[in-house]
Amino acid sequence: MEGLNTVGLVEVLTLDGLDDVVRVLRDQGRKVIGPIVRDGVITHDEFDSVSELPHGWTEDQDGGRYRLVPTGTDEVFGFSSPSTSWKRYLYPERTLLIRARRDNGTVEVVQPQPDAPAVAFFGIRSCDLVALGILDRVFLDREATDPTYAARRSDVFIVAAACNRPGKTCFCASMDTGPTPRSGFDLSVRELHGDGRHEFLVEAGSERGTELLATIASRRATTADLDTAQALHGRAAASMGRRMDPQDPPLAALDPDHPRWDDVANRCLACGNCTMVCPTCFCNATEDSTNLTGTEAERWRVWDSCFSIDFSHLHGGSVRSTVKSRYRQWLLHKLVTWHDQFDVSGCVGCGRCITWCPVGIDLTAEITALATPQQSAGRKGVPS
Amino acid sequence: MTPRMYEVVARRDDLPDTVTLTLAPVDEQCPTPAIGQFNMLWAFGIGEAPISLAGFENGHLIHTIRRVGAVTNSLAASTTGDQIGVRGPYGTGWDLTRAAGRDVLVVAGGLGLAPVRPIITELFANRSSYGRAVLLVGARTPDALLYRDELEQWRGRLDIEVEVTVDSATPSWRGDVGVVTRLVERAPIDPENTTAFVCGPEVMMRFAAVSVVDRGVPAAEVMLSLERNMHCAIGHCGHCQLGPEFICKDGPVVPWPRVKPLLRVAER
Ligand SMILES: Cc1cc2nc3c(=O)[nH]c(=O)nc-3n(C[C@H](O)[C@H](O)[C@H](O)COP(=O)(O)OP(=O)(O)OC[C@H]3O[C@@H](n4cnc5c(N)ncnc54)[C@H](O)[C@@H]3O)c2cc1C
Ligand code: SF4
Ligand code: SF4
Ligand code: FES
Repeated sequence: MEGLNTVGLVEVLTLDGLDDVVRVLRDQGRKVIGPIVRDGVITHDEFDSVSELPHGWTEDQDGGRYRLVPTGTDEVFGFSSPSTSWKRYLYPERTLLIRARRDNGTVEVVQPQPDAPAVAFFGIRSCDLVALGILDRVFLDREATDPTYAARRSDVFIVAAACNRPGKTCFCASMDTGPTPRSGFDLSVRELHGDGRHEFLVEAGSERGTELLATIASRRATTADLDTAQALHGRAAASMGRRMDPQDPPLAALDPDHPRWDDVANRCLACGNCTMVCPTCFCNATEDSTNLTGTEAERWRVWDSCFSIDFSHLHGGSVRSTVKSRYRQWLLHKLVTWHDQFDVSGCVGCGRCITWCPVGIDLTAEITALATPQQSAGRKGVPS
Repeated sequence: MTPRMYEVVARRDDLPDTVTLTLAPVDEQCPTPAIGQFNMLWAFGIGEAPISLAGFENGHLIHTIRRVGAVTNSLAASTTGDQIGVRGPYGTGWDLTRAAGRDVLVVAGGLGLAPVRPIITELFANRSSYGRAVLLVGARTPDALLYRDELEQWRGRLDIEVEVTVDSATPSWRGDVGVVTRLVERAPIDPENTTAFVCGPEVMMRFAAVSVVDRGVPAAEVMLSLERNMHCAIGHCGHCQLGPEFICKDGPVVPWPRVKPLLRVAER
């Protein structure tokens, strides 16, 4: 059964039962982070009870467009991938790498202990969950493990949430990354809503998930519940706003000199929004600073973007000085060279880069155009 | 990502903008580097720069640094007794084992002589393990020629052929004038039985690799040391990418056939 590992405990909870899950996680001393409405968007932050989740809200997303829209229902998970990804909780925007002190020419360097609060991710979507597994391949590399990421990642309790209402920019079904979480969670929730019913099918995916679920007042899931969940999955998978077929034609064969690269470069502002919102983009820069007297120094790691001209700076000029080459680097990295580096695609189909691009550049449309041999790509200048 | 502190125990001014520092560990030392690898050198409070190993003697790191910006200016300003942070060694090295029993052709342009210097040291240390040895050096002008004294010494030896050329000569220059690829054409090697190591500006390396292969050296026996922007040196920051390669860990030394198609695309 798609998305359901029926070996684990599968239970049906009420809204109160779901709130009990949050309470138990908080009682474990965890900061529970989940989707909340703030400043006109759904974002993530710490919350205390499920009443703070975006009840009755969904997102209208499209190229360069995001609006909160009421569903007219009391659905808790009636939206798709929120504006922000979860990477910042494991890989913060700024991380202190070292602190140093210089005294009479002698330098002492201290590597700070990673700051790793106990957290739970509540309501993480399938695409974003797959994205965490992709970031793991970068930062948990056996030969170079990032201490902050490793410390935070090892203990995070994951309550995933299946999508019932994919957005217009979603294409996880075609990337085989959703809409129902398949693995990597402690608990996975599917909201069963409609016909006067409001319940949550909860599946345990780990031992500690099973243990937690066993403490919550619930009833055993019936075959009918599972059938409903399966039908919801099918409906969600069929209602993706976009699609990208990663196999046909093989993306590795994309022409680096295709005229479409010039075309997209004319539209792209090289603002880097797409890389900031992407749940898998990991690039960063290190920045050093000192106090005024030059006795104390710090080095911070900060998120960086391949869209900046300095990113590829070398003495004598940047390797990628044109927007064309930078957009190409980003897209080919996501969809082609990521496979060579990490045996997986760098794109999970969350659609955020489409939504948050100020000019609405849509990678699925770019790929379609780029996959068309250049002689026949006669639609110059017109974004499809 | 935490540097270990080293002390500058010797400093030599090579050129107006280039110095060579000898570094000794203050405390714990970094793992032993392989030739061709690089270290991240840290100037306190300023930043880090990837700098190739120009030598490793008695546990001392030798680095040749050209001043081009904030970090290299600060590093190059260090004098004896100053402390510099070191992270490393990183990256792939020059694989001399593949050259055993073969002729060795080393082609260096400009500052590229620094990273290949340990190859020459190794050749002399185990001279009988290799066939003929040829070092071709190119510089912009005679005044920009690195390691002049050492080149003079090497030139005096019978077990290595050293040729130097400059792009533009001064009146006192008696050597060759022209690009280093011209020297490749007449290098005394048995091409099929040669392994080549190339380091210099990227354009020079591309031309050199092509002419070495044109001479008949198997493409897979041509090694290049590439330069890219680097912040982390451990595959986490993304800055050094060239197509699928992270130059900090899949390089800097790469076989020519692997990067040839990538370097052919402008701004890749
Ligand atoms: C593998 C490797 C080996 C090298 N070996 C040597 C060597 O032996 N001797 C030598 O003199 N130089 C070497 N370089 C080049 C040297 O690393 C750069 O010249 C140096 O990083 C420039 O830093 P800067 O701040 O002094 O200069 P700027 O050009 O002013 O740099 C400005 C900013 O750009 C960034 N930047 C510029 N170039 C690089 C770079 N390559 N990597 C990361 N950031 C960069 C820095 O963050 C800096 O803050 C090597 C480079 C690589 C990749
Ligand atoms: S590339 Fe775009 S759609 Fe793909 S994972 Fe990143 S933000 Fe989401
Ligand atoms: S594709 Fe869009 S979001 Fe990304 S850099 Fe270009 S303008 Fe910004
Ligand atoms: S230098 Fe950071 S990934 Fe290579």
